[in-house]
Amino acid sequence: MLNYIIRRLVMLIPVLLGVSILTFSMIHMIPGDPARSMLGTKANEKALTELREELGLNDPYLVQYGKFLGDLAQGDLGTSFKTKAPVSDELESRLPATIELTLFAMAIAMVVGVLAGVISAVKQYSWFDNLSMTGALFGVSIPIFWLGLMMIWLFSVKLGWLPASGRLSSGVEIEAITHFYLLDSILTLNWSGFADVFKHLLMPGVALATIPMAIIALMTRSSMLEVMNQDYIRTADAKGLATYLVVFQHALKNAFLPVLTVIGLQFGFLLGGAVLTETIFSWPGIGRFVLQSILARDYPVVQSTILVIAVIFVFVNLITDILYKYIDPRISLD
Amino acid sequence: MEQEPILQVENLHTHFFTKSGVVKAVDGVSFDIKPGETLGIVGESGSGKSITAMSIMRLIKDPPGKIVDGRVLFKGENLLEKSKKEMRSIRGNQISMVFQDPMTSLNPVFTVEKQMVETIQTHRKVSKKEAIDRAVELLDLVGIPSARSRLKSYPHEFSGGMRQRVMIALALSCDPEVLIADEPTTALDVTIQAQILELLERLQKELGMAIVMITHDLGVVAEVCDRVMVMYAGKPVEFSEVTELFDHPKHPYTWGLMSSIPQIKNRQDRLEAISGLPPDLRDLPQGCSFAPRCKHAMDKCHEVDPAFREHIPAHHVRCLLYEEKEEVTT
Ligand code: SF4
Repeated sequence: MLNYIIRRLVMLIPVLLGVSILTFSMIHMIPGDPARSMLGTKANEKALTELREELGLNDPYLVQYGKFLGDLAQGDLGTSFKTKAPVSDELESRLPATIELTLFAMAIAMVVGVLAGVISAVKQYSWFDNLSMTGALFGVSIPIFWLGLMMIWLFSVKLGWLPASGRLSSGVEIEAITHFYLLDSILTLNWSGFADVFKHLLMPGVALATIPMAIIALMTRSSMLEVMNQDYIRTADAKGLATYLVVFQHALKNAFLPVLTVIGLQFGFLLGGAVLTETIFSWPGIGRFVLQSILARDYPVVQSTILVIAVIFVFVNLITDILYKYIDPRISLD
Repeated sequence: MEQEPILQVENLHTHFFTKSGVVKAVDGVSFDIKPGETLGIVGESGSGKSITAMSIMRLIKDPPGKIVDGRVLFKGENLLEKSKKEMRSIRGNQISMVFQDPMTSLNPVFTVEKQMVETIQTHRKVSKKEAIDRAVELLDLVGIPSARSRLKSYPHEFSGGMRQRVMIALALSCDPEVLIADEPTTALDVTIQAQILELLERLQKELGMAIVMITHDLGVVAEVCDRVMVMYAGKPVEFSEVTELFDHPKHPYTWGLMSSIPQIKNRQDRLEAISGLPPDLRDLPQGCSFAPRCKHAMDKCHEVDPAFREHIPAHHVRCLLYEEKEEVTT
């Protein structure tokens, strides 16, 4: 097992090199000039040239890329053109913001999706099955920005129950330890803070959960239907086991493998920054951050952040593969 | 001394209500079995023998399946009137089952220990440790070497024969009074088949349970059974003591089965001596169901459905060859 993990981590190096080359070339290929976007359209040529020189933009691409890699090797993610702050500082709170939102959304998606899928399979063609599967079809096809806006309109504007944007209300303080606010508020026993964080998470969490929840429900249902016809389920019934044991242990553990694949993939996608959701709910996460940085041609931020996202993606995959082995003893990791 | 039967099946009818029609998978089956006895149920696939077993266990999937008529008396109580919960406390406890394919009948993602312990703890109020000890005892009993250390293994770490031994151990966990074995050797190699049959015979002598042996193979019946029921198209067609059946087979279908008993070396060739296919159970031919394949079919066989009659004491046959002339015409 340890060998396997080490091997996978070594394989990470070529993957990251590839990703870095791709992002580097893509961001330099799109037209636009960081200096001009920083100084504005009315800036004079001299100031622009000086700034370009200062940012190292006049160096050959290879030199620029080499410098980026060199810094990276020393653990330096570079400095933002725009804010002059180290990229790592920028990510310190944004990355936890995205991870927290993703975990929250995936928790909703997994619990609701798996439960709905299991019940639908066990009670195939019942009203519950029909209802939840229709719901799931809506879930995969609904445009998230529309759903998000509708939720804001209803719960924030009309009813005034939930905050429409951000991670915290102004005036609420949370001592940042991990930058995961739910966790931080628990650690500091700040219950009013916890409630505020939770309220802020609800709408973007549900919006973000919609698609994965629907896919997980569909996948769980079809996988469960297949497993429920297997001989070992008949054996479990013939042993006189209680129905919940047959369904939630014997069947679900077998049915869970394809669902796990879906969960892993969705997790990766969401962690990569749910740009749309983060934008609608003004969530200070990395999705929105990358988007803004691309628009501002803030090369170091884009390059490093995308690299960080790639690392997370690979880790999520690694964890998924290890879980596979844990669920199905027949799978060998070597 | 006449012993009371432990299990009596009376006039069992199990039908499947499908879109393309009603499949009468089991259509009037009756038999009884005494403690310590082995009853064989023989027939081709689709003859209703497995559905009979599943009906006794109340494991028929509903819908589309339904037990539409009959009684299944276990120690005098009708299992078909039991609640689901009562049935669960009987299954795997007093009546248990061994299935055909040991490769797929054990859950691949749980250890043997987990699968055995959960069965024992479902039916007996014992601690986990006691359940584990019992599991070791059972694996010993069915001849699995170094039982305790094998408990932590997963099914795929056992060979086919060993897995079937695990299945048998599982079925025996709670000292069942009736063991239903549904083609327990069909999926196994010939040499392993013999070992498993020997094991079942030995266990029966030691534990005294009744065994319902479901098979397509008269060779298996000859080896282990006391009495045998031959089924065709959901109905019993012949029923007698095993020696009587082999000495004086009466039904043309049984003759076919006999001539197709394979030699030990190629037991895999199944029943090829009977030409034709089993009938479509949604649309049985008029008269005797076997008539389209019967070498001895007469004109009346296509019109009159023969009754299941005791033509000689303790030997039932469903065939017009043995009917009195007058009876047929009425
Ligand atoms: S009744 Fe006629 S067709 Fe049926 S088995 Fe007897 S002889 Fe053959």
